[in-house]
Amino acid sequence: MGMTITEKILAKHAGKKTVVPGDIISARVDLVFANDNTGDLAQAQFKKAGFNKVFDTQRVYFVADHFVPPKDVACAEQSRRVRLFSREMGLADFFEVGRVGIEHILLPELGLIKPGDLVVGADSHTCSAGALGAFASGVGSTDMAAAMAKGELWFRVPETIRFLYHGKPGPWISGKDLILYTIGQIGVEGANYKAMEFSGSAINALSLDDRFTMANMAIEAGGKNGIFHVDEKTLEFLKSRAKGQFEVVASDPDAHYSKTYEYDAEKISFQVALPHSPGNVKPVTEIGKIEIDQVVIGCCTNGRIEDLRAAARLLKGRETSPRVRTIIIPGSQEIYLQALQEGLIEIFIRAKAAVSLPTCGPCFGGHMGILAQGERALSTTNRNFLGRMGDKTSEVYLASPAVAAATAIRGHISTPGEVR
Amino acid sequence: MEYRGRVWKFGSNIDTDLIIPAIYLYTTDEQVLREHCLELIEPGFWKKVKPGDMIVADDNFGCGSSREHAPIALKAAGLSCVVAKSFSRIFFRNSINIGFPIFESKDAPEKVKSGDELVVFPEKGVITNLTKNEEYRSSIYPEFFRSIILKGGLLNSIK
Repeated sequence: MGMTITEKILAKHAGKKTVVPGDIISARVDLVFANDNTGDLAQAQFKKAGFNKVFDTQRVYFVADHFVPPKDVACAEQSRRVRLFSREMGLADFFEVGRVGIEHILLPELGLIKPGDLVVGADSHTCSAGALGAFASGVGSTDMAAAMAKGELWFRVPETIRFLYHGKPGPWISGKDLILYTIGQIGVEGANYKAMEFSGSAINALSLDDRFTMANMAIEAGGKNGIFHVDEKTLEFLKSRAKGQFEVVASDPDAHYSKTYEYDAEKISFQVALPHSPGNVKPVTEIGKIEIDQVVIGCCTNGRIEDLRAAARLLKGRETSPRVRTIIIPGSQEIYLQALQEGLIEIFIRAKAAVSLPTCGPCFGGHMGILAQGERALSTTNRNFLGRMGDKTSEVYLASPAVAAATAIRGHISTPGEVR
Repeated sequence: MEYRGRVWKFGSNIDTDLIIPAIYLYTTDEQVLREHCLELIEPGFWKKVKPGDMIVADDNFGCGSSREHAPIALKAAGLSCVVAKSFSRIFFRNSINIGFPIFESKDAPEKVKSGDELVVFPEKGVITNLTKNEEYRSSIYPEFFRSIILKGGLLNSIK
């Protein structure tokens, strides 16, 4: 029997010809990374266990993106612990303010993740890199410490669920709408422990940035990884970036899927996840008038150039509503510069939106845009759990950059077509 | 080996932000993590919990972020284990990796109430409810996970 992409990558890295779902394997990792929060715990666990050397200084990275720039002394100390550990281990690079991007945007941008790679990151949204045809999965800090020490880690080979999207997405409809719709259909544990493989004509039509958005939110359905096939758009992205050779891996025609879901992308409209679950999804047109205090556009889910372009198309020549604080966060220095060169930053500032440096900041309720009691945010981020962005009585609604920009202009949750 | 304690019953989708809010991730200090454990849904949990107490929850316990601070906070709070209908994948790995026992059970979460006194027998896959005089089934670890837990966590097992 054939294998899925996920099974092929795991088999190869475990030195086996084949694997089947349920196998517990030890597999070689190509890249291991963590952020300032999880990296701090990982380095502490690593040292506590008595390790003093990483397996490969070119394959371990710390990306200080959460509490950065440090919001207080305790966070500055945390960044310092991770920085000092990176230096002590002689790591090839350490990414912080001025050089940093949000980890799941920065590392692919630097060409450090390639098709067929096996990547683990101590951050649940590590699954983002599946957009490049890599197996990428979020792990904890002890896993990170083990992988740093040995260059390998245990995995249970997951069953793969196939998601086929037919047709072509409508105007302004994005990967965010597709993935929110999907999570709404299958639920927040609809893919728990499983690989999510996305394909179909609608996927081929999506930009790579949209695919990153979809892979990013695989975890919100419980997925172990989200993965896409490599096509000419992937190769174009990798052309000037990829460090080293890579081998493109594809699912066999007779690969086994535990389930196949098929959706007609033409019928998927603008989607929004209501509080307090990414699975609580409804079409924007069915939720009535919901007034918003803050709009956030950015994050590892939607902080890429296509996301900023979509927001700018709506915000150009318009102003955000005076009742809405609008915060726009380019996901990396490269994206920030590109947005500047394309004139997007000027559009945002003239629209009275604030442009932030790259950070995870408000997405996880860390800093840079925390909600007060009873406030509501419409955000392009990935989670809207109770208290996620601030006070426990505040609310977060999740949607695409286009819906976010329309909402910023109108002051209540809106679709791009409602912007006059 | 058995785990005996009083139950704290929770519903489905207890996410890692509820277990330990992100604002405390600046530290790895178990004392700090313990004091804020579950504070959003059970204020003062750390003062009310007694050593050996256990959480029994419905589906998808530990969903959300990869923060290992979550099982560390639960362990530091003095909980002996968590029993749930299902666990989110990364929380499951993290718990096994730090040697914090968690068990899947389909029937215990249906029947158990907060305050019940339970005994979990992991080797037998049995949970006894001393308060109600009932018995439930629980998962038995595959050998691989058992060996990690017995060695006190993943890092001890690979050294």
